[in-house]
Amino acid sequence: MKILVCISHVPDTTSKINFVNNDTEFDTNGVQYVINPNDEFGLTKAVLLKEQQGAHVTVVNVGGTDAEATLRKALAIGADEAIRVNATAIDGLQVAKELENVVKQGGYDLIIAGTESIDYNGGMVPGMLAGLLGCNFVNACIGLEVAGSSATTIREIDGGKETASVAFPLVIAGKKGLVEEKDLRIPNMRGIMTARTKVLQIVEPVATSAATKSVKFEKPAAKSAVKLVSADNLDELVNLLHNEAKVI
Amino acid sequence: MSVLIYTESNEGKFKKTSFEIASYAKKVADSLETTVTAVTINASDVSSLATFGVSKVVNVTNSDLNTFHARAYADVIKQIATKENAKVIVFASTTDSLHIAPLVAVGLDAGFASNVIALPENTSPFQVKRNAFSNKAFSITEMTTDVKVLGLSKNSFGLVEVPVSLTEEAFTPTFSDADFGVKVTNAEKSTGKVTIADAEIVVSAGRGLKGPENWGMIEELASVLGAATACSKPVSDIGWRPHSEHVGQTGKPVAANLYIAVGISGAIQHIAGINSSKVKVVINTDPEAPFFKVADYGVVGDAFDVVPKLIEKLKIFKANNA
Ligand SMILES: Cc1cc2nc3c(=O)[nH]c(=O)nc-3n(C[C@H](O)[C@H](O)[C@H](O)COP(=O)(O)OP(=O)(O)OC[C@H]3O[C@@H](n4cnc5c(N)ncnc54)[C@H](O)[C@@H]3O)c2cc1C
Repeated sequence: MKILVCISHVPDTTSKINFVNNDTEFDTNGVQYVINPNDEFGLTKAVLLKEQQGAHVTVVNVGGTDAEATLRKALAIGADEAIRVNATAIDGLQVAKELENVVKQGGYDLIIAGTESIDYNGGMVPGMLAGLLGCNFVNACIGLEVAGSSATTIREIDGGKETASVAFPLVIAGKKGLVEEKDLRIPNMRGIMTARTKVLQIVEPVATSAATKSVKFEKPAAKSAVKLVSADNLDELVNLLHNEAKVI
Repeated sequence: MSVLIYTESNEGKFKKTSFEIASYAKKVADSLETTVTAVTINASDVSSLATFGVSKVVNVTNSDLNTFHARAYADVIKQIATKENAKVIVFASTTDSLHIAPLVAVGLDAGFASNVIALPENTSPFQVKRNAFSNKAFSITEMTTDVKVLGLSKNSFGLVEVPVSLTEEAFTPTFSDADFGVKVTNAEKSTGKVTIADAEIVVSAGRGLKGPENWGMIEELASVLGAATACSKPVSDIGWRPHSEHVGQTGKPVAANLYIAVGISGAIQHIAGINSSKVKVVINTDPEAPFFKVADYGVVGDAFDVVPKLIEKLKIFKANNA
């Protein structure tokens, strides 16, 4: 089984979000980058499948040289090889087209991405990739069992969950639940040492243009201060929610 | 040329999000000097869509579509979009719509802007405002493709009644076997409870509640308000509440009209998931809890004292306003 895990290189969850160049670019100053949390679940799942039933795990990122540290971390966690598509990621469609090319070159059975990345929150790359490949797709995947060349998946639905059986090739968009949080792998010293000897291949882009681009960023307007209500005067809270906020 | 929407229904009734995207699409259609066409699947009574500006419904009736199949649904929408020469296609931000929208976009070689929170700032060039960085900023996104797919954030536009007259048309799409490649074997749905995705009001509680045995008052508060219950991440991690209730950056997003947070500190990852809720109320013993910085209304106090009193006040309010 050949598994491809798509890794997004994103600002750490606690990063301060600022913009530069007249609010047209994200300010990377002082920002720590990490593996996108949703992708971390997918990577751990791939490594577990490798350990349990044998699989070759490749991680891929579409991005600049700065993402290589994140890919090395994924190798240290247990992926066998890494690919960086040498292009600045501009939008979901462009990234999906680059990934499509990687999948076609490598002939993967199972492609694991994260439901969304925590920077642009697009939630579109996995679906677009599946659409381009014309293969099966399970979004918001919170459970995956593999038997031979097919899988049983569990996906989140509004107010519940749905189990399905589905054949390879398959794209899933995973999230928390795909593996337990306590089972998430973190790189150990041995992993970090062996990661140094693993292949990190640079692939040139197939030069597709983007369909959308961010032309400007804005920050939410400063909020007015909280209105405090005394715990002894909850009638006032009910009154505010009814008459001022008009939500009850 | 038209603006197309994909409407979802539940047990024969359109979801509120369907009316919201209709309202939004009507305004977009007005600015493009065109009309709104809705795609419905196995719908019987579509008349309510006319109230929100939909002037044409293209309905597909097919028992194979009684179960959700993302690729088949996407094929239906792609075929109708092509037939109707739709230039803008609007989806809601529900689980199923977010599953289909990227498939539709790629099938039509269209750009997709998700998390859209307002009407286009411009239609030429076409620019929309979206939430980004887990609701910590907005991105003004320009779309350059001929066809544009938009995902509208829940509760970001609201309902606007613009009654129009409606025509209906049946459509028979063509499918391939591959459209049904994901074979659903089981679906579990919690019935009778308001789900986080559909709720107008969400009552959420955190580690400040000290243990699962104390959730009775949270459920009672939710029940008085007709709200869904939710929780912070550590609470679901320890197993006090189900994972389906975990909201935040790594949990579910909540874009409710009212979000009540009880005994939740307001860590950045929690706030990221609830920021797009309109009104936030915080109940916390610690006046320094970061949640007070983002809240609209706050009560500094012990949940075990405040919540039962609030339930009583709300019961009286409900009785007087019934
Ligand atoms: C990568 C990453 C992703 C994360 N994603 C999420 C996420 O999606 N969602 C999420 O929620 N968290 C997330 N977290 C965790 C987050 O950082 C916080 O740890 C978490 O939100 C804290 O939950 P809490 O407020 O319930 O608990 P605590 O931090 O323990 O706070 C409890 C609060 O309750 C108050 N309190 C105590 N007793 C009472 C009482 N009797 N009455 C009233 N108030 C009381 C306290 O003053 C305190 O403010 C994430 C963390 C990381 C690193």
